[in-house]
Amino acid sequence: MHDLQTVVDLSRWQFAATALYHFLFVPLTLGLSFILAAMETVYFTTGREIYREMARFWGKLFAINFALGVATGLTMEFEFGTNWSMYSRFVGDVFGAPLAIEGLMAFFMESTFVGLMLFGWERMSRGKHLLVTYMVALGSNLSALWILIANGFMQSPHGAVFDPHTMRMQLTSFTDLIFNADAQAKFVHTSIAGYVTAAIFVAGVSAYYLLRNRHVELAKRSFRMAVLFGVFASIGVISLGDALGFVSGSAQPAKLVAMEALWKTEKPPAGFNLIAIPDQAEQRNLYELQIPKVLTPLVTHTMTEVIPGADAIEREAMVRMRDGIPAALALRRLSADPNDAAALAQFRAHEKDLGYALLLQRYAPDLRKATPADFERAARDVIPNVPVIFWSFRIMVAAGFAMLAYLVLATIYSLKDTILDKRWLLRLAPWMIPVPFIACEVGWLVAELGRQPWTVYDVLPTWMSASTHSVGYMIFSLTGFVLLYSAFIVVEMYLMVKFIRLGPGPAPDAAGPRAAGRAEPAAV
Amino acid sequence: MELYALLKVIWWLLLGVLLVGLAVMVGMDMGVGAALRYLGRTDAQRRAALNMIGPHWDGNQVWFILGGGAIFAAWPTIYATAFSGLYVVMLLLLWTMILRPLGFEYRSKLPSARWRALWDWGLFVSGAVPMIVFGAAIGNMLEGVPFHFTWDLQSYYTGSFIDLFNPFAILCGLMALALALYQGAAMVMNRGEGEIRERARALGSAAGLAALVLFLIGGFWLPHLPGYVIRAGAAPDGPANPLHKSVAVLTGAWMDNFHAHPLLWLLPGAVFAAVLLGVWALRRGHSHLGWWLGAVGWACTIGTVGAAMFPFMMPSSSDPSQSLTVWDASSSELTLIWMLGWTAVFVPIILIYTSWAFWVMRGKVRPEQVEADEHAY
Ligand code: HDD
Ligand code: HEM
Ligand code: HEM
Repeated sequence: MHDLQTVVDLSRWQFAATALYHFLFVPLTLGLSFILAAMETVYFTTGREIYREMARFWGKLFAINFALGVATGLTMEFEFGTNWSMYSRFVGDVFGAPLAIEGLMAFFMESTFVGLMLFGWERMSRGKHLLVTYMVALGSNLSALWILIANGFMQSPHGAVFDPHTMRMQLTSFTDLIFNADAQAKFVHTSIAGYVTAAIFVAGVSAYYLLRNRHVELAKRSFRMAVLFGVFASIGVISLGDALGFVSGSAQPAKLVAMEALWKTEKPPAGFNLIAIPDQAEQRNLYELQIPKVLTPLVTHTMTEVIPGADAIEREAMVRMRDGIPAALALRRLSADPNDAAALAQFRAHEKDLGYALLLQRYAPDLRKATPADFERAARDVIPNVPVIFWSFRIMVAAGFAMLAYLVLATIYSLKDTILDKRWLLRLAPWMIPVPFIACEVGWLVAELGRQPWTVYDVLPTWMSASTHSVGYMIFSLTGFVLLYSAFIVVEMYLMVKFIRLGPGPAPDAAGPRAAGRAEPAAV
Repeated sequence: MELYALLKVIWWLLLGVLLVGLAVMVGMDMGVGAALRYLGRTDAQRRAALNMIGPHWDGNQVWFILGGGAIFAAWPTIYATAFSGLYVVMLLLLWTMILRPLGFEYRSKLPSARWRALWDWGLFVSGAVPMIVFGAAIGNMLEGVPFHFTWDLQSYYTGSFIDLFNPFAILCGLMALALALYQGAAMVMNRGEGEIRERARALGSAAGLAALVLFLIGGFWLPHLPGYVIRAGAAPDGPANPLHKSVAVLTGAWMDNFHAHPLLWLLPGAVFAAVLLGVWALRRGHSHLGWWLGAVGWACTIGTVGAAMFPFMMPSSSDPSQSLTVWDASSSELTLIWMLGWTAVFVPIILIYTSWAFWVMRGKVRPEQVEADEHAY
């Protein structure tokens, strides 16, 4: 038992580390591809060389980022099988489909056209090249759509039922799978988060040139396009964030408990904890700063609906565990004899709570002997890690409003063409670059930690999802990933910074080091 | 035949198509990577070789990714059991393979000779190791892998990781590497000139002949390996559950399908014909023809393995009755239908734009031209 727990924990650490790492590169790809397309569109319509130069320069940075996005995505594609074998077998029938379609529809497109985008400038007409760039942008965003449909299934499983003959979830409706409200909201929120990220990145790098009076024409235009794009995107990310909170609050009440540190069910309208210091063991807040009556309208869009707190959710979980036990026991009989009609009837009567019995099984391997203490412990698991989720959520929201404020100001001065006089605004820009990346990472923490203790919400508990590796194997692989990925990020950051410093223009070995701080010739 | 059984067979064939796509397209790029230090003696020559596949390697790599995704969607039990069972080997494959994107993208970004030499070795490792692992994995499937399920279908692998590198598996791994070198050499001949093309010609013909010798040894070895035969259960249209059948292990049983359907001998025959002709074509300088013949060679090699094993996909050497077969490792009927629809629509589209991409980037790549282009790899 103890060993199993360690292996599951290490598998979780490994998945979290590799996924969060992958998502360091994803947002920039998602957003920068559209910004490149926008720059090239201007080049196509006006024919002005500087826009071509912009597209090529930002394209170079895009490629440096893209390489690591591809490398880290490659391991993700197989990690479900290598480390979550029970999970993969259990839901592959449903979950594998969007992943495969992602390859067919999105990765092929993105990856085939990215080669043409980077190397095909001289071999295609302007129009064709523009089309190719749009294909890259479309492909990367379609990949986000399909992976989030897959992830949406884990968050709120629709379109599948458990089949006792194959011991797994099986697809019942493909359209329910893809038109999952959770998935749609996630897709829009996440891809727009990528646009915000790219906007802040381009603005930050451009401001660096403007402050040093280098590449002024190119940087001014890039800055303006980026912040304008960014204003719309950040409004989008905030409003979709609200929608997402609404969807996931109703689909996963326990996640909402964690985001809002809501230990006790309150009479509506409940108050909103602006700040709190949640204590998970005691199930209360050591300190809270509350705005009364605000939470209920925020998350239910009504004044009277009751929002269940941790206490209510745990009570319900206990009831469902008890109800699920006969289903779990029947399964075992069905595995020995698929034609056992009595077992099948027993399973059918209790199948909706099977997941809860599995949750209990972690503490009571023989479910017939489960004690009240086992029930207590399993019920506690139903509430995810409140302090981390509570604060992650607030960091994301704060980052969203901070970026919106910055982008609005920058857009105003940029459009008035007085941005060069607002030195403080330019100086702030490079410091804003980490903010969207942090927001994206903590956003995933909210989404994924908030789903615990389930890998598939209400259906498959995390504790039984992992592959049956030894602890030694897991330590080996986790160490390997950490060492390899740390080396990669050092190389990537070095190149990124170096090529930003060099700025637009010929490569280092072709032109030799150029003098920093020198103004560009007027032709640029 | 029932619809569900038919779908399983179609997806078994499609899995073969994917593996061929992977072997030919990714194998070609890996062959170039593995032979880079041999093909190019100067930095400019190496860059020329890299840029021949530069615009395409990422698109080609998606065959590998799609392979993963399609196995997940159509053969979830295989995806779960094989990739977790072969854990350390999979890590070896993935960790070396992810050096490739960085090798392509970062190698020529800095002028330092040591930096570039480092990435050249990186490209060598990320070309040779994954191809050997790929071949060795197929070899292990032929031999059977020690795994079993508990009643709730959690899988356990009981072998050690060294077992996966047994002599037969290594033979298969080397054959895969040889075919990859052949395919890469044909590509470099297509788009290279002068010294690079000459070296590619020599490498390609040697690799093709080596592949044939290894294939021949494998062919004589196969009848002496334990083969697997279904004795009872495993109805072709039954639910995908590997627990309810019985399987016998008989030495030489992998030859049964060939005895029952002699036409299948055409597959190994075609491997010989295609690769021999291909070597001839490369020697005569018909490198495009040689490339296509190499692809045929790959297809028939994978076809030979499939023909020998059908309907087995991943036999269990420690609990043969729990082996995974075409009949009990697939997705549900509905998933297979939907995925077939998506595949039928998108594979032709993919083939069209991939061909267009190769067409746009066609022509010779010269070292001088690469040196002059600031955006080249
Ligand atoms: C919201 C977006 C998003 C999310 C949640 C993920 N990815 Fe990703 N992925 C992308 C968005 C993306 C992208 C934008 O399309 C990438 C990033 C950089 C790139 O090159 O393409 C990419 C690359 C990428 C690649 C390489 C594709 C290629 O060669 O072009 C693979 C195989 C995966 N991803 C697989 C995964 C898996 C299995 C994930 C789940 C755990 C995952 N990604 C999460
Ligand atoms: C790239 C964006 C993603 C990030 C940053 C991310 C983040 C995380 C984190 C932090 C965890 C660990 C939670 C924990 O166990 O403590 C996790 C677990 C997991 N996530 Fe995600 N996730 C991402 C995308 C996805 C997607 C798209 C899927 C499915 C399609 C997914 C499936 C899983 C699975 C299977 C686990 C392991 C089981 C678990 O511990 O819950 N993740 N992820
Ligand atoms: C007021 C602003 C915001 C709100 C209300 C908000 C809301 C949310 C919520 C509720 C989730 C959890 C989704 C789930 O339950 O699965 C989430 C996830 C996420 N957020 Fe935000 N968010 C905001 C701003 C941002 C910003 C500025 C970014 C990045 C630039 C961002 C990036 C993400 C990401 C990447 C995820 C994980 C993926 C997902 O679940 O869709 N968010 N957000």
